Amino acid sequence: MDFDLTDEQRLLKDSVDRLVADRYDFEARNAIRKQPEGFSRELWAQYAELGILGLPFAEEDGGFGGGAVETMIVMEALGRALALEPYVATVILAGGVLRRAGSAAQRQELVPQIAGGERLLALAHGERQARYNLADVATTAQKDGDGWVLHGTKSTVLHGDAADTLIVSARVSGGQQDADGVTLFLVPADAAGLSRRGYPTQDAQRAADITLANVRVGADAVIGAPGQGIEVVRRVVDETIAALCAEAVGAMEATLHLTVDYLKTRTQFGRPIGNFQTLQHQSVDIFVALEQARSMTMYATMMARSDDAAERARAVAAAKVQIGRSGRLAGQKAIQLHGGVGMTQEYKVGHYFKRLTIIDLMFGDADHHLAILAQLGGLIATEKAA
Amino acid sequence: MELSFTADEQAFRAEVREFFRTSLPEPIRKKLESGHHTTKEELVAWQRILNKKGWAVPHWPVEWGGTGWDPVRQYIFREELMMAPAPEPLAFNVSMCGPVIIAFGNEEQKKRFLPRMANLDDWWCQGFSEPGAGSDLASLKTTAKRDGDTYVVNGQKTWTTLAQHADWIFCLVRTNSGAKQQEGISFLLIDMKTPGITVRPIITIEGGHEVNEVFFDDVRVPAENLVGQENRGWDYAKFLLGNERVGIARVGASKERIRRIKQLASVQRDGDARIIDNPRFREKLAAVEVELKALEMTQMRVVANIKNLEKGKPDPASSILKIKGSEIQQATTELLLEVVGPDAIAYQPEQGEAGWNEPAVGPDWATTAAPNYFNYRKVSIYGGSNEIQKNIIAKAILGF
Repeated sequence: MDFDLTDEQRLLKDSVDRLVADRYDFEARNAIRKQPEGFSRELWAQYAELGILGLPFAEEDGGFGGGAVETMIVMEALGRALALEPYVATVILAGGVLRRAGSAAQRQELVPQIAGGERLLALAHGERQARYNLADVATTAQKDGDGWVLHGTKSTVLHGDAADTLIVSARVSGGQQDADGVTLFLVPADAAGLSRRGYPTQDAQRAADITLANVRVGADAVIGAPGQGIEVVRRVVDETIAALCAEAVGAMEATLHLTVDYLKTRTQFGRPIGNFQTLQHQSVDIFVALEQARSMTMYATMMARSDDAAERARAVAAAKVQIGRSGRLAGQKAIQLHGGVGMTQEYKVGHYFKRLTIIDLMFGDADHHLAILAQLGGLIATEKAA
Repeated sequence: MELSFTADEQAFRAEVREFFRTSLPEPIRKKLESGHHTTKEELVAWQRILNKKGWAVPHWPVEWGGTGWDPVRQYIFREELMMAPAPEPLAFNVSMCGPVIIAFGNEEQKKRFLPRMANLDDWWCQGFSEPGAGSDLASLKTTAKRDGDTYVVNGQKTWTTLAQHADWIFCLVRTNSGAKQQEGISFLLIDMKTPGITVRPIITIEGGHEVNEVFFDDVRVPAENLVGQENRGWDYAKFLLGNERVGIARVGASKERIRRIKQLASVQRDGDARIIDNPRFREKLAAVEVELKALEMTQMRVVANIKNLEKGKPDPASSILKIKGSEIQQATTELLLEVVGPDAIAYQPEQGEAGWNEPAVGPDWATTAAPNYFNYRKVSIYGGSNEIQKNIIAKAILGF
């Protein structure tokens, strides 16, 4: 066990930190979020240049062979910056599906385009009625000659409006909530019958609802084993949760720094309000919540790629509980400690609060995952291992 | 960054676990598992078993009986010890006074005291707190006046844990009342058999006798029992308290208690259902397990960071371990009480005492749940209260 970064990891961290420090001050971010796509294509190209778009993909596919720790490093930096680019959508979610289930031909075609920043992807899996149940898929795919015809509606597809290619899950057999019988398809965003309604999210990112009205795809559009798509989605969502945990840690860290700086400079009653012990102790509460969240993020990072499904499920659920609770405490207390200025859109801390809130709502909130963990019997076995 | 245990570390864990399985006397294990106190004789016997194996003081320098294990192995050892569950070697000897003597004592003191500490030939207790000096420890008033080659000690210490067993006490005493508070304190070793020392029990809310008042009335202490330099005792005390916080998370003990909670909750019924099948209870327990897993990782981060710190300087992040560790210990004793429920109501302090043969009212394992819950309110108070820990973080980490 060793928590020190390797030289290569240190280099990666330094270069990502430097890029976001140089390019992502609050004014720059405000300008970026007002662009029509809601993110910066120019920065996306710089991410490509830095190598982080191809980071988790295998070298033989055109990636850089990075592991979970490398993703954690990048996500923390993006969290600190409140970055708006579709990194999670393209690289972690859709990229994860491609990495885990894509054929050699699919990977070799798409990974270089992702790594080069030329193609954006999105995972169109969630549906409104499903809430947090990943197996609930009502969208259908019917066999049509060699190909398939997709029909249904996907909701809150992260960066689904900007994506060039969508990965769509659709049911080929079984009941609406069966874990079996869902297949994943690569669908061009401009396919006939596909319509998108893009919108901003509460945290200034973008999402889209996507309607598929008899969208025709070829046999080569299928990703992975037919009918086994849910298992792929589950694994990718576990990795995504670990990545979002890291992003939340970055956001919480920035939240804490902003808050402590504010308390040291804001003067009332003739002294910096940071002199008041009650405010110091509340800052410490944020610090403790952050460090506990950082620890759990490391645990999730370590476990999210485990092949032991039960162990992985427990670890990821536990991490999402911790992140949800820590993020809520950090965000709410930071606003309170800032007072009125924390309520304004002109000030950065509220934007961290919103991002942390939305991260909790993605892929199951703290209560949802606590119920899962409790159902699985918790983390500590009743019987001692021999 | 390597976030999992290496194969070597796992093999080490198996070795340690096997040793505890085969060497820990079963009556001691049973007592700890059911939340009973061990006797002085049992603790001495167990520490000597550890010492014979060479494992009583793993973190000490090898020349004084340490094992040379890296911090990760030390951590694994402690966790396995607590999960066995086995008694920890007496903290006053091995984690508090021993390291101070190693760091600041002279050769004579090391030779005289350390081997006997490791083997628990001498039982040590801690004379820090006073009636007027709790969280504000530096305001302590017990004086030591130099008189030739002795110090004459007068004053009162309190909350002195297990002083009733102790052969020696390490004390903070005021040797210069003119100086700034922190600069007039010395670290003095006092034989408990010295005339003028009186020990008076303090009975805590659950009815137990763990802590005491210790009175010093013209107690004459040889000057050679001064550790380090006169008036530098505050530095040594801070060093000691920093060491104490690293061990204070007690992750292994909380894991063991959660295991116990799950076992009992799988047996205890509430109406038709087992307690463990109550979703509300299960989620409360799971929430504590999440906090504990995070704490375990935080503890390992602190342990792994030791190599990056200036030697002897405590990591202020260890204050997190104290805050969260105590909260979790309290939460688990509370959950255990909840599982036991009405069976916990009968007050039977004699159960588990040597020589007591009457059967318990209700199940035997139920008798300790309430006393331990009451008693564990102490853990967020001792070792620097959690509010003091927050002051430390606010100052040392957040820069207020």
